[in-house]
Amino acid sequence: MIHQPIHTLADAYRRGDLTPTAVAEAYLARIDALDRRVRAYLTIVREQALAAARESERRWRAGTPRGPLDGAPIALKDVLCTRGVRTTAGSKILDTFVPPYDATVVERLRAAGAVILGKTNLDEFAMGSSTEHSGFHPTRNPWDLTRVPGGSSGGSAAAVAAGMAAGGFGTDTGGSIRQPAAFCGVVGMKPTYGRVSRYGVVALASSLDQVGPFAQDVTDAAHLLGAVAGHDRRDATSIPAPVPDYAAELAKGVAGLTLGLPDEYFIDGMDPDVERAVRAAIEVLKGLGARVESVSLPTTRHALAAYYVILPAEASSNLARYDGVKFGLRVSAHDLVGMESRTRAAGFGAEVKRRIMLGTYALSAGYYDAYYGKAQSVRTLVRREFAAAFARVDLIVAPTTPNVAFKLGEKEDPLSMYLNDVFTIPGNLSGITGVSVPCGFSVSGLPIGLQILGRPLDEARVLRAAYAYEQATSWRGRRPDLP
Amino acid sequence: MSAPAHYEVVIGLEVHAQLLTRSKMFCGCPTTFGAAPNSQTCPVCQGMPGVLPVVNKKAIELAMRTALAFGCRVNPACRFARKHYYYPDMPKNYQISQYEEPLAEEGRLEIDIDGASRTIGIQRLHLEEDVGKLVHEGTLETAQASLVDFNRSGVPLMETVSKPDLRSPEEAAAYLKAFRAVLVFLGVCDGNMEEGSLRCDANVSLRPRGSTTLGTKVEIKNLNSFRNVQRALEFEVKRQAQALDAGEGIRQETRLWEADRGYTRSMRSKEYAHDYRYFPEPDLVPLRIDSRWVDEIQAALPELPRARRQRFVAQYGLPGYDADVLTQSRALGDYYEAVLREPAPSAGADRPKIVSNWVMSELLRVLPGDDERAIATSPIPPRHLAGLLRLIDDGTISGKIAKDVFQKMFDSREDAATIVGREGLTQVADETALGAIVDSVMAANPKAIDDFKRGKTVAKKSLFGQVMKATGGKANPTLVDRLLEDKLAKIQR
Amino acid sequence: MIDRKDVEHVARLTRLALTEEELERMREQLNSILTHLDTLRGVDTEGVEPTAHAVDLVNVMREDEVEPCLPQDSMLANAPDRSGELFRVPRIIEE
Ligand SMILES: [Zn+2]
Repeated sequence: MIHQPIHTLADAYRRGDLTPTAVAEAYLARIDALDRRVRAYLTIVREQALAAARESERRWRAGTPRGPLDGAPIALKDVLCTRGVRTTAGSKILDTFVPPYDATVVERLRAAGAVILGKTNLDEFAMGSSTEHSGFHPTRNPWDLTRVPGGSSGGSAAAVAAGMAAGGFGTDTGGSIRQPAAFCGVVGMKPTYGRVSRYGVVALASSLDQVGPFAQDVTDAAHLLGAVAGHDRRDATSIPAPVPDYAAELAKGVAGLTLGLPDEYFIDGMDPDVERAVRAAIEVLKGLGARVESVSLPTTRHALAAYYVILPAEASSNLARYDGVKFGLRVSAHDLVGMESRTRAAGFGAEVKRRIMLGTYALSAGYYDAYYGKAQSVRTLVRREFAAAFARVDLIVAPTTPNVAFKLGEKEDPLSMYLNDVFTIPGNLSGITGVSVPCGFSVSGLPIGLQILGRPLDEARVLRAAYAYEQATSWRGRRPDLP
Repeated sequence: MSAPAHYEVVIGLEVHAQLLTRSKMFCGCPTTFGAAPNSQTCPVCQGMPGVLPVVNKKAIELAMRTALAFGCRVNPACRFARKHYYYPDMPKNYQISQYEEPLAEEGRLEIDIDGASRTIGIQRLHLEEDVGKLVHEGTLETAQASLVDFNRSGVPLMETVSKPDLRSPEEAAAYLKAFRAVLVFLGVCDGNMEEGSLRCDANVSLRPRGSTTLGTKVEIKNLNSFRNVQRALEFEVKRQAQALDAGEGIRQETRLWEADRGYTRSMRSKEYAHDYRYFPEPDLVPLRIDSRWVDEIQAALPELPRARRQRFVAQYGLPGYDADVLTQSRALGDYYEAVLREPAPSAGADRPKIVSNWVMSELLRVLPGDDERAIATSPIPPRHLAGLLRLIDDGTISGKIAKDVFQKMFDSREDAATIVGREGLTQVADETALGAIVDSVMAANPKAIDDFKRGKTVAKKSLFGQVMKATGGKANPTLVDRLLEDKLAKIQR
Repeated sequence: MIDRKDVEHVARLTRLALTEEELERMREQLNSILTHLDTLRGVDTEGVEPTAHAVDLVNVMREDEVEPCLPQDSMLANAPDRSGELFRVPRIIEE
C-alpha cells in the first residue's frame, strides 16, 4: 500500500480492499523504520493521525466519504500552523511554539478527511534550497542519502518520494516546492499567488509565498490542490475566483496547445543531463500534438537579484516578531533590548541572520529606492514579459533547476546556493502558476524535473499538460532504492 | 509662562483618535475598554506566526467622514505600509500604518481664540493600528520588569497631523478642544482622554519674531488632557526660550511630559530608532476610493456644530447663547429642529424662541444636553413637546399647568393631550361658568370687597387667588382677571 | 560598500546580538551579495511602476463585525514568562 497514489487508495477504500487505519499504520511504521535515515519529519502526530484515520474509516464504511482525500496520509511542511501541534518553521526560535489555531489550508485538509501524519523539515523559515539549513537537522534525498532533497520544502518532498507520506504540502517563495520536487522525483505545484490562502502559513516573503502540493502523480496533485484552493476571507490577497475541478480537466490532452520555450532557461553551466532530459520531454509533448515556439524573457537574468532584495526585505519585517516576548525562545538578560537581541542571536541560524541583515539594510533610510524600489520595478518588467509571452503561447516549458541534487555541504557559499532557484524565481516574482513533473534521470540516477508554467489561475491547463506528459512516459514507476 | 516677546512659538499637533468601531482594525476582536488583560485578543492582534490582517471597512469610512468634515482631499489611491521599530507592546514589531499614500490630506479646522476665529491647517489624516498596553512593575526607572496586555493592540487609530500653524500653548489647547468636539459630534470617536481614546503629541519650536524659517523642533509625547497640552507646551516654550537666550542650541529630540512633576524630559532611546524602514504592506491590497464612495460619505455627513450655530442664529433669530446651547450635541440640535417641524397652527412668529426656551429650561433640566444617546432616546420625543406647546397656544392649558404636564410626560412617556384629558387639566375658559365662580367668590368675601371699595387695589389680587383656588388652578388667568375687573368696576360705580 | 559601523547599526536596528567574528563575516558576505545585487542598477526602469503585489485586487475589506476572541489561556499559553494575565518582559532601560 506504500507508494500507492491517493486516488488509488480512495478506490481501494471504496472497494473495502484497504482501510484508512491500516494505511495510516503502515505509513507510521515506515516512518519509524526509515526516517532516522532520511529525517524528513520534525514532528509526528501518531495518535492524532490514527484518530483521524479511524474517523475516515467510519465514513468510508458508512458510504459517506468526504471526497478523494478522505483517509489520505499526508505530510505538512512545518510552516503550516496546526492547532495544538508544535509549529517550528524549522527554527530553534519556535522550538516550543504551539499555535492555538489552524491555518486555512490545514482546516480545509481536515474538512476533506485527510490524515495528517506530521510536520516536515525545511530550511529555517524556508530560507534555503537544500533543507540543510534547518535549525534541527538536515534532510536527505531518498535517491541518494549523501545528497540534499532540495528546499526549502525538502522534508515534504523527501517524505512523499520515500513513501513516508502519500502526499504533502509545502510553500514556494522562490521555487521551494518545484525545486525539491525535481530533486526528489515527485510532482510539485506552485499555484497562482492568491489561489491558496496564506492564512496560518508562517510568512517568509509575503508577496511571494504560496502554498502548494507534493504528489506521487499529477492526478493526486489535482486532488490535493482542489481541496485547499479558493477564496479565504482571512487573506486579503486571496483571489475570489471559483475553483475548477482540476482532476476532471486532466485528460483533455495537449493537442493544439502552444508551448513557449524560453532561450534564457538554457544557460551555460547547466547540467547536460538536465538539458537533454528537458529537451526530450519537449519532444514528447510535441509528439502529443503540442506546438512549440520560442519566447523571450530577457529580464530573467535580473530576476535573481530582484528576488534577493525583495525576499530579505519582507523577511526581515516578518521575522521581527520573534523577540522572546510572546512565544518561542527567550534567552534571559537583565534588560529588554539585551533579552531580545540575545534571543534572536541564539534562535536564528546563520542564513536567517544574513537575510535579516540584508533586508534591514535594503529597507533602511537612504537605500530604499536603490534596492527595494528598484527591485519592485524589475519585478514589473518580469511580469510584463510573462504577460507578453502568454499572449502568444498557452504554457511555458523549461527545466525546473539547472542541476540535479547536490551533495550535503557542497554549496557553502550563499551566492552559489541562490543560483539554484534561477528558473523558479521568475514565476514567484510574477505570481503565475507552475508545476514540476519528473522527466527522467541523470546518468548518476538522480531525478530531473520539467517545469510547466501557466497564466495566472490557469492551473487546470498546467496540470493537463503535466498529466499528458506523465501518461506518455513511465518515470513515475521508478522508486528510490530504499527498503 | 509665555514666551518672551522676541520669539515666535510654532506648534503642530499630532492627534491619535480611537475610532468607534465594534471590532478591531484588522481582526474581529471587540474594542471594548476595560476587559480582563489579554482576554480580547486573537492570533491576528497578537501577531502570531502566520496571521494576516484584513481591513475593517467601517474604520475607513469613519476616517473618510472625518477627513471630509475637515475639508480634506480624500486620496483616490491609498495603501497601508509597515512601520518598523521594536517595542514589547507592539506584537509584530511593526505597526501597520500609512506612509507615502495616506487616506487624506490638506484640510482645515477653525478654532476660537480670545473671541476671534483662526483657521488651522491639517496636513494629513491616516489610519493605523494601536499597540498594546505596557505597565511597569513599579516606576519605569526602578522597575525590574514590565507587563504587557494586548487587548488594545489592533484597535483602529486615526492620526491627524496639523500644520505648524499654532502660535501659543493656548491655541494648541483650543485646537485640541475643537478637534475633539468635531470627532465626538461626527460619532467617530468617544473623545475620552482618560481612557486614551484621544491622545496628543506636539511638535514645538521657537524662532526669532519676523523670521520665516522654522527653528529646531522638539517632539513632546504624553499630552493626554487639555490642561496637560497647555502646561507641557508652556514649560517647553520656556525651556527652549531660556536655552536660546543662553546661546545654547536646541537638540532635535523626543521629550516626554511628566504631568505629575510638571516638566518634559528627553527620551534618548527614541533617537536612533527613527529609521522606520517603511515599505508597502504586502498582506493588504491598495484602496481605490472613487468619487461615488466619497459622495456617499459626504451626503451622510451631518452639519458641523459651528455651521449649525450660525444657521440657528440666522434662520431662527435665536440669541447666540441659545444657539450655543442647542448645538452642544448633534442630538439636541436635531431635537430642537424636529420640534419646529411639527405643526403649530396657532403659534406666533416667536415660536423658535419659545421652543428654545422650553428645550433649554425644561428638557435640559431633566436630560444632559451633551449626551447624544440620552437626548436621542428622550422619554419626551419632539412630537410630544410640540403637542404640549399646541395646547398652550390654543388656550387648552395654561403655561403653568404645562410645566406640570411636561414632568408627567417625562415620567409616563405619554403625550400631553392624554394626560390633560385624563387628569381634567383643561383650563376653564367658559365665561358664563367662570362668571358664576367669580360671583360666588365675591359674595363669600365681603371684607375684600370693602377693602377694594376703600381703594385697596391689592384686594383684587386676593380675590384672583381665591378664584384660581376654587378652579384648582385650571381657570384661564386672563379671563379671570377681566371678569374681576368688570365686576369690581360695577361695584365701584 | 558597507563598513563595520553600518553592519553594527543594522544589527542594532533589528535586535541581533552578533559576536565580533559574526560581524566581520557578515560584513564580508553582505558586501559580496550587495555587489551582485548592484547589477540591478544597470536595468532601465525609467517610468516603470513598482509591483508591490502579484495580484491586481483592490478594496478588500471586512464588515465591522465582532468575532469571538480566543480564550485568554490559549493566548497566554506560549508566553516565555508571564505574571498572571500579563506577558512579562525584563525591564526597559532607556539608552
Ligand atoms: Zn484579534
